[in-house]
Amino acid sequence: MTPPFILEIAFVILILAIAVGTLVARAAFTAVLLFMIYGLLIAIAWIRLSAVDVALTEAAIGGGLTGMLLLGAVARLRESEGSGEEPGLPTLLAAGTFCVLVSAALGTLVLSRPEVAPSLAPAVMDNLAQSALGNPVAAVLFVFRAFDTLLEKVVLLLALIGVWSLAPDRVWGGVPGLRLYAEPSSILVFLAQLLPPIGIMIGIYMFWTGASYPGGAFQGGTVLAAMWLLVMIARLQPVPAISLRCVRLLLVVGPVIFVAIGLLGFVFAGAFLAYPPDYAKPLIVIAEATLTLSIGVTLGLLVAGPPDRMQQP
Amino acid sequence: MIPEETTANGYLLVLAIMLPVIGILLSLAAGGRYVERIAMVLLPAGLVIAAAVFGLVWRDQQSLVYIVGGWHPPLGIALRADGISAAMMLTTAIVICATGLFARGEFGQPRGSPETRASQVFWILLLGIWSGLNTVVLGDDLFNLYVALELLTFAAVPLVSLKGYQETIKAALRYMLFALFGSVLYLLGTVLIYGAYGTLDIAMLSGRVHPEPVAWIAASLMTMGLLAKTALFPLHLWLPPAHAGAPAPGSAVLSALVVKGSFFLIARLWFDAMPGLMNVASGQILGTLGAGAVLFGSILALRQQRLKLLIAYSTIAQIGYLFFIFPLTAGNEPWDSVAWTGGWLQLFSHAFAKASMFMAAGLIAETLGHDRIAEFGGINRVIPITVIAFGLAGLSLMGVPPSGGFVAKWLLLLATVMEGQWWWAVVMLVGGLLAGGYVFMVLGKAFGSASAPLKLARPVSRGREIVALTLALCAVLLGLVPLQPSELLQVGRPEVLGVITR
Amino acid sequence: MNSIALFAYCGAAMVGLGLFGLITKPQVLRKILAFNVLGTGVFLLFGVIARRGAAAGLHSDPVPQALVITGIVVAFSATTMAVVLLLRLYAETGEATIDSDDPPSTGTDGGR
Repeated sequence: MTPPFILEIAFVILILAIAVGTLVARAAFTAVLLFMIYGLLIAIAWIRLSAVDVALTEAAIGGGLTGMLLLGAVARLRESEGSGEEPGLPTLLAAGTFCVLVSAALGTLVLSRPEVAPSLAPAVMDNLAQSALGNPVAAVLFVFRAFDTLLEKVVLLLALIGVWSLAPDRVWGGVPGLRLYAEPSSILVFLAQLLPPIGIMIGIYMFWTGASYPGGAFQGGTVLAAMWLLVMIARLQPVPAISLRCVRLLLVVGPVIFVAIGLLGFVFAGAFLAYPPDYAKPLIVIAEATLTLSIGVTLGLLVAGPPDRMQQP
Repeated sequence: MIPEETTANGYLLVLAIMLPVIGILLSLAAGGRYVERIAMVLLPAGLVIAAAVFGLVWRDQQSLVYIVGGWHPPLGIALRADGISAAMMLTTAIVICATGLFARGEFGQPRGSPETRASQVFWILLLGIWSGLNTVVLGDDLFNLYVALELLTFAAVPLVSLKGYQETIKAALRYMLFALFGSVLYLLGTVLIYGAYGTLDIAMLSGRVHPEPVAWIAASLMTMGLLAKTALFPLHLWLPPAHAGAPAPGSAVLSALVVKGSFFLIARLWFDAMPGLMNVASGQILGTLGAGAVLFGSILALRQQRLKLLIAYSTIAQIGYLFFIFPLTAGNEPWDSVAWTGGWLQLFSHAFAKASMFMAAGLIAETLGHDRIAEFGGINRVIPITVIAFGLAGLSLMGVPPSGGFVAKWLLLLATVMEGQWWWAVVMLVGGLLAGGYVFMVLGKAFGSASAPLKLARPVSRGREIVALTLALCAVLLGLVPLQPSELLQVGRPEVLGVITR
Repeated sequence: MNSIALFAYCGAAMVGLGLFGLITKPQVLRKILAFNVLGTGVFLLFGVIARRGAAAGLHSDPVPQALVITGIVVAFSATTMAVVLLLRLYAETGEATIDSDDPPSTGTDGGR
């Protein structure tokens, strides 16, 4: 029981306490705040598990964007939150027993399996040179399992369509609400003027170095989305209407290029989503660059929500 | 053994998944009236691809395989089209094309009409569902299948809330929550499997998995999640309001295809990824839940006053039949292929029949302005084709010859006799009687005389009636399948299921 | 017990907590929060498995890491859709809860 280990136990207890707090807090606002803290703690946990790419993604999306989204939701829900009947004791007991069983099973299972855990790390490292990337996680995402990443981008777009479809008929094609603040305070406006240039550089840098160091298209794209949202909330830039041609093009440019590169792989490299050996690095960079842009726009629009007013002429 | 190299024509599998994806991207970029046109071009193209895959698998009696990116599992992802995948793909393609044709009435974008939300969104969602379903049946990697499930969910949920009424939004939210519960449990199982076996490729797992606690717990968690998405009793609560609240073409696709996607994965899990794990106990449990669904769903269907809700409860009942595959093939006997064929035939014929029924219900509701069954008197004179379509589809649900439903239920009954598990036969017969009850409840009203002169809310659309009728005829045509285990559906099966005895 | 085991128990507990919240809480916003806790728990378990798969010079197996990144993005999209549905429901009805034994609506909507 060394001091660092005691600290880790304290850390885990803190995480669990905040998780419990998130679920039992009476006020929705408190619950969401606790959840944002929880997200950041989880990001630190990921660093402890030596998964820096995941930590970045968790901090950006799980903590940052999700928090922004939920705060916006809480702002609109206000008092009605408290109503609703809690389920009766039998249901609680049944659910509780089930959950305790699942947790216990998981706890024992994850650790009891083979002493030498099966791992694909050797396979990844063996093929890393062929993938023309230095970051093994990026190699898995954009080379070995690029199909998953492609489909995931489609999932993101479908979620956006789903969000848009919930707009009332009369404002279809209009401008998303994003009315978190009635009048942006001067501090907010100041931050929105100061941070975005830095943020955009950080976002681009994260995507660029993601080829060899932790980072990548998702993390970079999330930072871009966050900066864009900041600028829109501070009213420095108008929220775009969803029917604008340039918005639509930005949304699809990433996946379209990715699909095109994949289809070209049929011709030049023998298989869908295979990269020709000499051009692998530039192709992947182009794909990631456009994907970063598209992901940024998609995530930003997902947080902005469905349109609720028509474009002011 | 199962080949692990890309087979000739394997690229068709990639096209089957990517064509709808390209459609979604183009539709999003182009917007306006192009959305419907893009769909109208891609739907037949996809049908051709599905038919080609089906034909190739049938002719060669061998699975089609594609290794994506040239990276072999366990590092990369493989796609595989075996017998049941090919049949499922073809069924999906036919139903979706028919739905597309049918939907032109409601979501068409004729020249000069303003761009509306529902018509724009519907076609993109339809393409999304198609891509998701193809990935579900072709994917051979557990995590890829997770992404496919999410694709399917995200395309299906907005379909439920497309009309925008308060009940449909509530139904969509409930559906979403159940679906999320299901996806997360599925993912949890996947995590455990990777931790234990180091691969997510189904073909590789079949060689590595053996009955041990981690496999059992992973399989149970994944099955529980998938059962929530398939709306098997007792996790069926979300389905009736969701399928009844969607617009008619949406309900058709949701009931006919989307819920079958998660069932397909349950079968993949137990028969392909972890063969040998299915034992008598687990088979009986799944079968019991299926029996509960058959009885519960059918009885509740009888009590419905609105047609769309009746059909939705009927879906819950008919899905129960699918789960009889599990107890009836648990013993690895040579005649298990009878139950196997019967179960899958039930899936396909139900897909055609249910899609046709929901289309008929949509036409009735549109023509009359409501769907209260008690006031259906005399509609037979007004929309005879629709009523005939409904009746033919009902034949399949009841299991009356000639129909695919009859062959399916006959084979399942045969299997219960061969296995000596007569209790499922009792449930099936009672289910058939109850189905007859609710089908004739509607038909009786329709053929009866009108209590008051019928006022039509809108003129009848003959073209769409024909589409509904065609799908019902497909269900009937499946009845021409010989009453024996199908060789096609056996393609790609491990030897565990036994050799065809005829 | 070492650090990896600690996080495994943490993840398992988070899964249990999240599952309980998702099933029992009537308020939809809490269900969504619980779903996110559940999701991060599942991902953390995957992270433990990745950490145990440290090999070939890497401290952590990259394949589960990539899958978790994908999972985080998908979970975020799911959260967004659920939140928008919730807000729309609230705007239409003023309710923000879903009771588990709500009977399906048999309203007067004619099915049009």
